[in-house]
Parts: sequence; structure tokens; C-alpha cells
Amino acid sequence: MVVFEKPNALTENTLHYCPGCTHGIIHRLVAEALDELGVTGRTIGVASVGCSVFTYNYFNCDMVQAAHGRAPAVATGVKRSDANNIVFTYQGDGDLAAIGTAETVHSAARGENITVIFVNNAIYGMTGGQMAPTTLPGQKTQTSPYGRDVQTVGYPVKVCEMLSQVDGATYLERVAVNNVANVKKAKAAIKKAFQNQIEGKGFSLVEVLSTCPTNWGLAPEKALEWLEENMLPYYPLGVYKDKYAEEK
Amino acid sequence: MSEKVLMKGNEALAEAAIMAGCKHYFGYPITPQTEVAAYMAKKMPKTEGGVFLQAESEIAAINMVIGVASTGKRVMTSSSSPGISLKSEGISYLAGCDLPALIINVQRGGPGLGGIQPSQSDYFQATKGGGHGDFHLLVLAPNSVQEMVDMVFKGFDLAEKYRMPAMILSDGTMGQMMEPVSLEKGVVNEYDKSWALTGTKGERKPNIVNSLYIAPEELEKLNFERYERYKKIEAEEALYEEYLMDDAEICIVAYGVASRVAKNAIDQARAEGIKVGMIRPITLWPFPKKVLSEAADKVNKFISVELSMGQMIEDIELAIRCKKEVLLCNRTGGMITTTEDVLNKIYEANGGKN
Repeated sequence: MVVFEKPNALTENTLHYCPGCTHGIIHRLVAEALDELGVTGRTIGVASVGCSVFTYNYFNCDMVQAAHGRAPAVATGVKRSDANNIVFTYQGDGDLAAIGTAETVHSAARGENITVIFVNNAIYGMTGGQMAPTTLPGQKTQTSPYGRDVQTVGYPVKVCEMLSQVDGATYLERVAVNNVANVKKAKAAIKKAFQNQIEGKGFSLVEVLSTCPTNWGLAPEKALEWLEENMLPYYPLGVYKDKYAEEK
Repeated sequence: MSEKVLMKGNEALAEAAIMAGCKHYFGYPITPQTEVAAYMAKKMPKTEGGVFLQAESEIAAINMVIGVASTGKRVMTSSSSPGISLKSEGISYLAGCDLPALIINVQRGGPGLGGIQPSQSDYFQATKGGGHGDFHLLVLAPNSVQEMVDMVFKGFDLAEKYRMPAMILSDGTMGQMMEPVSLEKGVVNEYDKSWALTGTKGERKPNIVNSLYIAPEELEKLNFERYERYKKIEAEEALYEEYLMDDAEICIVAYGVASRVAKNAIDQARAEGIKVGMIRPITLWPFPKKVLSEAADKVNKFISVELSMGQMIEDIELAIRCKKEVLLCNRTGGMITTTEDVLNKIYEANGGKN
């Protein structure tokens, strides 16, 4: 009896992520959702720029690689080309919440019927650990070596809270993958974000709090603790908007 | 030839795109191309499967174009000079991903916000890249409302044939003026699109549309391959029109609206007995190098007439290997060369009036 196997929606390629990084878990959750919903064959994914730039090698569906921050605009084109396409973007916090803020807000405002997987690890990972729009106050990074000083560089952007004010958005939830219970909740949220699209309900975004042991300078288990102690209080988990639940 | 109708260049171009089977248009308001978007907004919803979307920025619009192009469908965007600068990132990605799409630039004066009057000062941007990296755009330069129509079909066809973005480099005069035009459906052939993202349906390996290659050997190989394609295009696709070149001693080179002014000047000079003709590039990339190079052996002087500080003149000098002198007759910033300006330059090339 098979008790555990790789989802069909993941390719055989070996992930390039650092040891302890939670991208691998999130990839698996997306792939499981696609398989369980039976839509992998009509799914087109949009890869972004950052650590997730190579996702086109990992998801076993048609993929297009977008410029930094532009994934929701590319996804808009793919979806508007054929409404039967199941379209998702997989973006990090630098990509989605800094350079791609306009594309994010306006695809939500238009109510684009797409699914956005937003991985927030409070840092630019691929380029070696610079301050992100989501870097916490006081957090040390390569470009905030004395800690993020909110007096000079301002405050982090809370994406789910911000988008909850956008009428066009359908479903916004923040989850984490720091323990088994939260991984299960994350899976349910991601699946719901795809289910919404299948049902034509509009823009769904799942923000997944993730670790970056390498650039945080912490061992994987310490990184999980850091996430729990620092990120969870600043970025509370939960559903920020569920248009259809409200209407029931 | 079908019955002629009186239409504005921008609107005729938009109608031609719909006739060519383009069902997706993404734009953003900017003068002097806004009529294209306005026409699409009116017509696309009445076209089966038609999509008009006003994007939040030119950057978003070109990325929406990338999205549709990656699924193998015909797609167009239009803008004017400052907006094309914003689209340049996406244009580089289109080239890097080998995606066909049609981009319209109804040029205005620059640099910066510049002005809103017609200009040809985006020649370098259009023909030398317009974005980062080794690549070319197919660049078509209409000089009438009729060509605004004809080049839409040609642009889509060449873009899909060679899997690369094409640009119609128009200007404010072509976009805004009304002329009688025959809206006849041109030819856009069907080409292989097995690369398109249509969903695997579980029946094939995933298709990937991508411009990232971490291994330099791989990226170099792809660039070499792309330039082999470009060589073929340069050999086979250059278009131009010759006017009174048989016995010409002076050769004017001009495209778009400048070529119409030049033609008037040539007619006047001919009436005065000066042997002057014109080679009008219709494709700016590929540039009609061969015919210019041949002309260099026959004429005494060239004149580049252009609405810029002198951009195309460099390509003329390269094409003729500087065998003959090339004079510049130009206005810029939204000003248009007059017939008299061109005539005076012809006298200069001729060593005075006859």
C-alpha cells in the first residue's frame, strides 16, 4: 500500500532551495491541491523573480516566467486568453509587495479570476538577504545592517490587510507552514483559493509565512522559532476576506 | 480593392487588427494614440471572444500581452513614446521568450515627457532594441493611413512566422490624420504553435515560456540561434519603395511622414531639372541595406530626411559604408520638415540650383 508519494503536479526535478527553507512544503501543497481538484492538465502557472524563479522546473503543468513583480499582469493575459485555464502565480514578498505592488492591487481590484500564492519570508532571498517590504521593524538584513529603522525607511506592508480594503478581492487568507497543524490549514486555504477560481469567484490570494534560514542566519529549527516569535505577532494568521462567506 | 472609407489612422489600424483576428488588446491612455484604445473599447466587446482591457500602466499592459502571447493567441498593444519606454522591459521579455506580438508606437516628441506633436525620435529605440539584451524587433514604418492598415496584417504575419515581437513605428500625423482607406483583409498565415501554453491535458510534457538561462553557454547558444533567424530576416524581409531612382544623382532616404514631405520636394526639384530620387525604407529593421549600398555606386550624395536629431542617418552611413556623403535634413521636438526645407537641402547637395 502506498502511504506517501510525490504529487503528479510536481516534476522529477530536484528543488534548488536551501536546507530548511519552507518553499518545498508550499510547492507540495500547491501540487496536492491541483491534483486533488483534477485541474493540473489545464493549469498554467506563472513563475516570478526571486527564489521561486525556477518554479517552472518544478510544477508539472504549462508555465510562463514573468518579469519581477509582473506575474499578476501576465496571469491576467493567460486567464483572459481562455477562461478555462486555471491560472496561478507563485511570488515572494519582494516581487509581490514591492516592485509588483501595482500589479497586485489592480489584479485584485479587477477581481481577476486567478489564484495568487504569496510566500512571505520577510527578506529578499535570491539576491542574498536584503531588506524586503515585509522585513520587520528592527530586523537586520544586508541593506538594513543596523536593523530596519522605521523612522527612515518606514514600515512593513501588510498585504492581506491592505487588500482586504479592495472591493474586487474575493478571498484573502494568511497561513504559515511552521508546524503540522498550520501546514494542514495552509493546504486547506490553498485548495480553497483554487476551488474559488474553478467556480469563477474571482481573485484569491493566500499569504504563506515562510522561513529563510540562510539569510536569517539561523538553523532551520531556530528559524521556525524566529517565525513564531517575531512574524506571527506582526502578521496575524487568519482569513482577511471571504466575500462568499460574508454573503451567506 | 474594396470600397474606400474615410478614417483616422489610429482607428483604421485598430479595425485592421480586429480583421486580422486579434481578439486581445491591452492599452493605457496616452496622446496621440488614444483613439486605438477607444476604438478597441467600442469594438472588442462586440467581437466574439474579444477582450479589451485598460491596464493600470503600460508596464502591466505589455505583461498582459506576454500572457496572451504565451498561449499562442494574436495580441496587440499600442502606446506613444514615453509609454513605449515603459513597455521596453516587456518587449525584451517577449524577444527573450520568442513570443510574437504586435506593438504600436504612435510617436511624439521626446525625450522625457517631451510633447504631443508628431516625431520620429524613437528610431534608435525601435531599431536598436528598446530593452536590454541582444535582440531585434521587426519594425514597420507606414506613410499613409492605408499602410497603417496593411502593416497590421504584415506585422502579425512576420511576428508569428519568426516568433518575435513586431512594432509599427508610426507617428502623430499617421495616427491623427484622416485619409481614404480600403479596409481589405490582408494575409496572416498560420504557423506552428506547438510551443504555446494550452494546458498539458495530461497528454504531453509541460510547455515552458521563459527567458532565464543561468548557464551562460546555454544563453549564448540561444542568442546565436536567434541571430541566425535575424540574418534570414535581413536577407528576405527588407521592404522599401523607390521613387524616381533610375537616373537619380541625389538620393533622399526618408520614412513615414517625412517621406511624404520629401516626395513633394523631389517633384519640385525634378521640375527644375535636378535629378533627385528617394529610397523609402518600409521596414526599418530589417533596414534595406542592399538597395542603399547599390545606390551608393550610382548617386553623388544622400540626404536623410527625418524628424529627429539624426538617427536613421547612422544606418544609412553604415549601409553605404560611408562611400558617399549623407546630409541631414531634420526638424525635431514635434516640428515637421517643410517642402522648402527639403528643397534647400537638395540645392545644397546639388551645389546650388540648376
